[in-house]
Amino acid sequence: MNTEQLLSDIGFIKPEIAIAITLVVIVVVDLIMGKNKKALPYISIAGLVITGLLVIQQFGTSVSVFKTSPSTSLLVIDNFGLYFKIIILLASLFIIFFSMASNEIKSTYARHGEYYTLIFGMILGMFLLSSAVDFILIYLSIELLSLSSYVLAGFVKNSLRNSEASLKYVIYGGVSSGVMLFGISLIYGLTGSTNLYEINSLIQLQNFPVVTLLIAGLFVIVGFGFKISAVPFHFWTPDVYEGAPLPITAYLSVASKAAGFAVLIRFIKITFVDSIDEHGFWQLISVVDWRSIIILLSILTMTLGNFSALWQDNLKRMLAYSSIAHAGYMLLGLAVLSNEGITAIMLYFLIYLFMNLGAFFVVMLIANKIGSEDIDDYKGLGRSIPYLGVSLGIFLVSLIGLPPTAGFIAKIYLFIALVDAKMITLAVIALLNTVVSLYYYVRVLRNLYLVQTEEKRPAIKMSLLNSIILFLLVAPLIIFGIYFTPIVNFAKSSLSIFGF
Amino acid sequence: MIHVGLTHFLVISIVLFALGLYAVITRKNAVMVLMGIELILNSANINFIAFSKFGNFGLQGQLIALFVIILAAAEAAVALAIVLNIYKTVANINVDEIDSLKD
Repeated sequence: MNTEQLLSDIGFIKPEIAIAITLVVIVVVDLIMGKNKKALPYISIAGLVITGLLVIQQFGTSVSVFKTSPSTSLLVIDNFGLYFKIIILLASLFIIFFSMASNEIKSTYARHGEYYTLIFGMILGMFLLSSAVDFILIYLSIELLSLSSYVLAGFVKNSLRNSEASLKYVIYGGVSSGVMLFGISLIYGLTGSTNLYEINSLIQLQNFPVVTLLIAGLFVIVGFGFKISAVPFHFWTPDVYEGAPLPITAYLSVASKAAGFAVLIRFIKITFVDSIDEHGFWQLISVVDWRSIIILLSILTMTLGNFSALWQDNLKRMLAYSSIAHAGYMLLGLAVLSNEGITAIMLYFLIYLFMNLGAFFVVMLIANKIGSEDIDDYKGLGRSIPYLGVSLGIFLVSLIGLPPTAGFIAKIYLFIALVDAKMITLAVIALLNTVVSLYYYVRVLRNLYLVQTEEKRPAIKMSLLNSIILFLLVAPLIIFGIYFTPIVNFAKSSLSIFGF
Repeated sequence: MIHVGLTHFLVISIVLFALGLYAVITRKNAVMVLMGIELILNSANINFIAFSKFGNFGLQGQLIALFVIILAAAEAAVALAIVLNIYKTVANINVDEIDSLKD
């Protein structure tokens, strides 16, 4: 690779560079300002906005950058990756605002410099993850993402809950990334390459031993499955989500999952797909039947997620299981193995971003006041907190997937993709799962509004900023529930993966 | 003199991998569990280097191993810091007894 090529390639990773610069600026400002940390969140927001502009500018490009040989490269910039980067940026922006409102994070004021630095470490990892096409870069960016999130999960050091969450996270994370690395080493041994495109062409040309390829592929999927908390790699999810500070829980459930899905879809599509027919269905290379494996994963994930959520009393833990279930629904979109299925996943993610972050935000504001996330403590709270209660209602109805909220649109596109691929049984299983989920979401609303209590419930005063954030989370759910053409078109236009 | 080939390395690496998983599953001390994770990472490293040497794939495998060694060090540092923090809070690093979060 010559220097000119390298310099022109750097122009394509401007968003990543902007993130890295913001990270450095936060560290420096933190050092200069000493005890005054008030500027840090605003610097973070400015960095995110600039990065967002750079990402939007890149829409439409489709190039591979940082070539390791004439035909292979480390990164690709395409609309698919950029779409997930937008989702990650939106989530990060909301999380910065959440952190400003969270009592847990406020209690660590002296270490805010570290906090925002680590958040930007996570963002950098997720950005690289959503555009990486080389196993080594995939592994490195997963570790960059994980190492920052291990620390953030236990950020409130003197709370046992936090420390325990981060211990469990680091153990499960270490094992799954180790297993994934072993899988990568096997694939490297089979093919002599770590580039997804090259591996794809080699698998098409030669006959590799099926069992080794199956084991290697499964081991790699363990690593991705951990990130998206698919069953049976989900054991960390409830504990970490319950223990971690609420903004971080919300962040892990949306942004980190988005990056995991981006890399999983890219991995399956680039490595195992032979060709795409005129209807947008992918033809897999007929060595291993990956479709059955994904179907099995998704059925397990949504069923276990929904049924375990039924008997949770802690709302954070319930939302953790609900986020496992949603990962299951989204895996269904991948199991369809068609362009339509991927559009459905991307649409689902955009809507899931608002509804899940919103639910966590309301839980956080209530926990700030009453100091509990227990569903029983929500009894009769509905009347004393009218705005929060109604918003929580909208978020939960959207998570169930009922009209007129956007959650309905997300689910309906998923089901259409399933029916079009003639996978009726799967659609029925998903539908039954949705019915099960009705129970635990509605239980929260019942406690808020229908249960009468003797004791007087505290009213929660909301600052203007928090009201605006809440409105920005509720409004899209209602608007997109009725007028959804623009986001569907946005998702459809972002479908293109480099090379296909 | 026995000729040492690819198979020997692969057997070693798979044994290390299995021992690492075994340590993670059975050990109660958090530090021991972390050592199990190190074993898993190193077994992958042996694979990379052996494949790169015997498969004539160039130096890529060795480079990957270098990356992994650095990452393993970073991960160990973060994990040990977390374990130390647990120890300061509860004076105990037995993973079976740290169970305030459960169903």
